[in-house]
Amino acid sequence: MASEQPGFWARVQRASVERLHIRLESLVVLLALSTAMALLSPYFLSLSNFLNILLATSTIGVLAIAATFVIGSGGLDLSLGSVMGLAGVAGAFVAVNLGWPSVLAVLACILAGGIAGYINGQLVTRAFVPAFIVTLGMLGLARGLALVISQGRAIYGLPPEIVYIGQGRPFGVPMPVIILVLTAIVAHAVLAYTRFGRHTLALGDSEGAARAAGIRVEHHRRIIYTLSGALAGLAGLLFTARVNAGDPTAGINYELTAITAAIIGGTNLFGGRASILGTMIGALIMGVLQNGLTLLAVQSYYQQMAIGAVLILAVFIDQYQVRKESRV
Amino acid sequence: MTLLSLRGIRKSFGAVDVLHGVDLSVAAGEVVGLVGDNGAGKSTLMKTITGIYRADTGSIEFDGKDILALDPGQRRRLGIEMIYQDLSLAKQQDVASNIFLGREPTKKLLGVFPGFVDKSEMDRQAARMIERLGAHLPSINRSVGSFSGGQQQTVAIARALTFNPKLVIMDEPTAALAVREVQSVLDLIRRLRSEGIAVILISHRLNDVLSVTDRIVVLRHGRADADLVTARTNMNEVVSRIVGGGDTAAAAAHEQRG
Repeated sequence: MASEQPGFWARVQRASVERLHIRLESLVVLLALSTAMALLSPYFLSLSNFLNILLATSTIGVLAIAATFVIGSGGLDLSLGSVMGLAGVAGAFVAVNLGWPSVLAVLACILAGGIAGYINGQLVTRAFVPAFIVTLGMLGLARGLALVISQGRAIYGLPPEIVYIGQGRPFGVPMPVIILVLTAIVAHAVLAYTRFGRHTLALGDSEGAARAAGIRVEHHRRIIYTLSGALAGLAGLLFTARVNAGDPTAGINYELTAITAAIIGGTNLFGGRASILGTMIGALIMGVLQNGLTLLAVQSYYQQMAIGAVLILAVFIDQYQVRKESRV
Repeated sequence: MTLLSLRGIRKSFGAVDVLHGVDLSVAAGEVVGLVGDNGAGKSTLMKTITGIYRADTGSIEFDGKDILALDPGQRRRLGIEMIYQDLSLAKQQDVASNIFLGREPTKKLLGVFPGFVDKSEMDRQAARMIERLGAHLPSINRSVGSFSGGQQQTVAIARALTFNPKLVIMDEPTAALAVREVQSVLDLIRRLRSEGIAVILISHRLNDVLSVTDRIVVLRHGRADADLVTARTNMNEVVSRIVGGGDTAAAAAHEQRG
């Protein structure tokens, strides 16, 4: 247990975790990173670049929300990026190849993602295949199906309503940013303040305790995986609408960035602790990092390496703190 | 009045038969000790009562209702609570979250959106319950994993008692406690009895069982082998029924010393 009189920093830390569900360190990292980028690049500090960062973060942000729910419940979803790609292609196929109304194309994105997630959930809870394997398999399955549907080529010629979802700017704010913010608000409320959210974290904390408390553990997990897939579908819609094409290769490696954002935001890799606000800060850190490195003309290959390194570093710091807390 | 009545409960896991037709009844406000050697089937039997396991055959009635088909959540709502040996706490969540896990009070957010957890109400009731138990916790807003073993036990007990149970099953509640904490758990069991709450106490500490129960049921090889009235039995007899006869004087004397 901590000493009788915790220091100021420790108290602020605890208050921020308890009241706002945010790890203070992640805010510090975000500010430090932004300051560094502002000093290094004259283009960084501007409203248009700020909106650029948010826009680039929107897809990853939605995926990171999905990752937060799944990891918080003690699960794992490696298929996020592939399902996102599949959903985008499905939506474009419905709108362009079938020529159906845009509303149905939007629904097709969400539905395609939701079905993939539902299958993940069924396999994890009924077939007793570990989530790691199920979602790794789905990563291949969904990507392959996206390539089959699109015959390996991007589907162009989306209707203007869908393009507006990706490129519209009501009041100067990009639509994907608005959708991300709304999704994050709802997701935060659900995770932090509803029975569903509390049961999700309890489940990730101790499945035995959740079961003993009468929570229908398997049923709950199936909902979480389905939700994760549906959110990946939403991310696919945002991406497809923004680039104005159903690209079967969209979202490759995005699960890496999304999971990293969730972990940086304070999600416990093994479940039981998670917050959407924290994850949004994590997603912004990833966004600022990528944006800054681009402004500094660092090759994208190195950006990929940076993200991988940040993931390992974030988990290391988290585990280091857990070990330190359990020692005292 | 019979509160809980089990008849012919059988349970096997694959080829392993654990329970071979157990009969057990508990009256309202009665404290029943359940003893038996390791592997006698005590924990399995309790989990078929709480609904974690489904009995293969047999009948379970609680409060006059057949509860065989009910899941753990439904049985809890009828008033069956269990304090597990491993406490079954969600260690990263705070006190109120654990006490109310699975039955959080809700309110409408801004008077519109239903289903939001009423955290302040949870905290208030949790604090009251901890106080009623006469326990002291550093803070009810801390994750329970940061508490000592005895404090965690307090949270588990508070969780079992908050919703006015009719039957509380305790699995080795004193095994990991300091001497003074053991006494307070035994006092608590007596208090529950005086409030008309039935208790099933599973324990290896036969001194505790003899001092606090009305009846002692000995489980042996998956059957209720003996049903002893505590006031008319002694350590020697209990030990002899657990191990199945033979010269048990030495073992009983050892237990007596505690």
